[in-house]
Amino acid sequence: MRKLTAPDRFLLLGAGLLAAYQVAVGIDGWHALPLASFTMAFGVLLLAGLLLLILGFEILESRLVVIASTAIPLSLSLGLISAFLPAYQPAYLVFVILGFSAVVFTRLFTPRKVAALTLFVIHGVAGLIICFLPFWLIATGRASASFALVGLGGALIGIGRLLLSFFAGRSVLSRGTIQALLPGLLFLTTAAFVTGFVLF
Amino acid sequence: MAVFKEKLHLYWQLIKSLQTGLLLATGLAGYMSARCPVTHWTTLLGLSCSLFLSISGSTVLNMWFDRDIDARMPRTCRRPLPAGTVSPTEALLLGLALAAAGVGWALALDWLYGLVVFAGLFFDVVVYTIWLKRRTPWSIVWGGIAGGMPILAGRALGAGAIDWISALLALAILFWIPTHIMTFSMRYFKDYQSAGVPTFPAVYGFQVTRLVITLSSLAAALCIGLALVSIGMAWGYLRLLAVLSAGLLLIAATSLARPSERVNLGLFKYASLYMLSSMLLLIVDAL
Repeated sequence: MRKLTAPDRFLLLGAGLLAAYQVAVGIDGWHALPLASFTMAFGVLLLAGLLLLILGFEILESRLVVIASTAIPLSLSLGLISAFLPAYQPAYLVFVILGFSAVVFTRLFTPRKVAALTLFVIHGVAGLIICFLPFWLIATGRASASFALVGLGGALIGIGRLLLSFFAGRSVLSRGTIQALLPGLLFLTTAAFVTGFVLF
Repeated sequence: MAVFKEKLHLYWQLIKSLQTGLLLATGLAGYMSARCPVTHWTTLLGLSCSLFLSISGSTVLNMWFDRDIDARMPRTCRRPLPAGTVSPTEALLLGLALAAAGVGWALALDWLYGLVVFAGLFFDVVVYTIWLKRRTPWSIVWGGIAGGMPILAGRALGAGAIDWISALLALAILFWIPTHIMTFSMRYFKDYQSAGVPTFPAVYGFQVTRLVITLSSLAAALCIGLALVSIGMAWGYLRLLAVLSAGLLLIAATSLARPSERVNLGLFKYASLYMLSSMLLLIVDAL
């Protein structure tokens, strides 16, 4: 297992601090559900940075990582839907609750293929919302161009999800390469989300 | 000059700078939590120096008394006293001088504050270290009470009285101490066994110890959360505290459900980070 290097630590700490800023200051002013959703998303990003920093890459072996990494896109997409498309909020909330429960259940109790397919669908829907909703909001004049960074963050988190799935199974990338990429990717993802929200 | 630097380096090791720094941070946070005018730099400076001196003095006196235990444990046998680079008499005099200077300065600053600082020193050195540490694993409770004194003292100085928020803050530290100490006593189980120090894992077993750690982490998170809500901390900082508390409880629960050496060490590190972050939030919120 690769050890964390000094740049890795710096990037993880940076990601943690950015996420902490966003939880404490950056999401003030939203209504209850978006606020709770964004707190959950950035809170998990913060804890992901801190736990990687403290426990090292071995934490990636845990099944809880997959579950936690699903909570980020699901809660962030729920926050975006609640904030900008409130008419769809009840239906999407049901999707999020059922989707998260399905990911947890299949990860713990079903064969690997079923778990992977469930994760692909749930994560895919949430990822597409985070990627494209900001661009639609910009196109309709409801957000400034800088909100595209949230969409970029959505794309980056999709890449992160892909790397984590490579980590668990066979892939063209070695574990060492994935471990080398993850801290930078976590930092860039968090930075894109935070900057997008700050400049909104 | 070189001799002076060497001495300073050895004395610095005797005061356990990280632990002293964390306790000092709790004292500062307690003071700031009273929303006192922190622009009174002389009071803030007096608080910092007197607490630093008394906590350092208390730590040196612990080191002096426990030098025989330290000599038997691989983790601590290279400390200045067991290694023989500082003589016991020198350490005792240093500890007494630091403690007397700290408590004296504290009493001069404010009698109530000084009294609480003295109580912390007394509980830590006399009750915890000299009386109970070698007799019962429950000595940790008194270690926890002593650990809660800096924050109690800081708030007493800021508020001019000991109120129920002070008690909650001190309780938060008291409940946090087992997470800090018991994870450590599990990691260095054999060391403590060979030194003959009764620890929770040795007397009650590892799983009971993990359960106690989880419950005390929960109690610490609840106490600090309640205290900060009562102080009127900004909503955003409370959200951040909730996230950090969730992290603490998650690792504690993982340690209980799927124990491993790595998770245990992770919990020890995270608990320190958690306490430091909580204190920083208290300070930042008061500014």
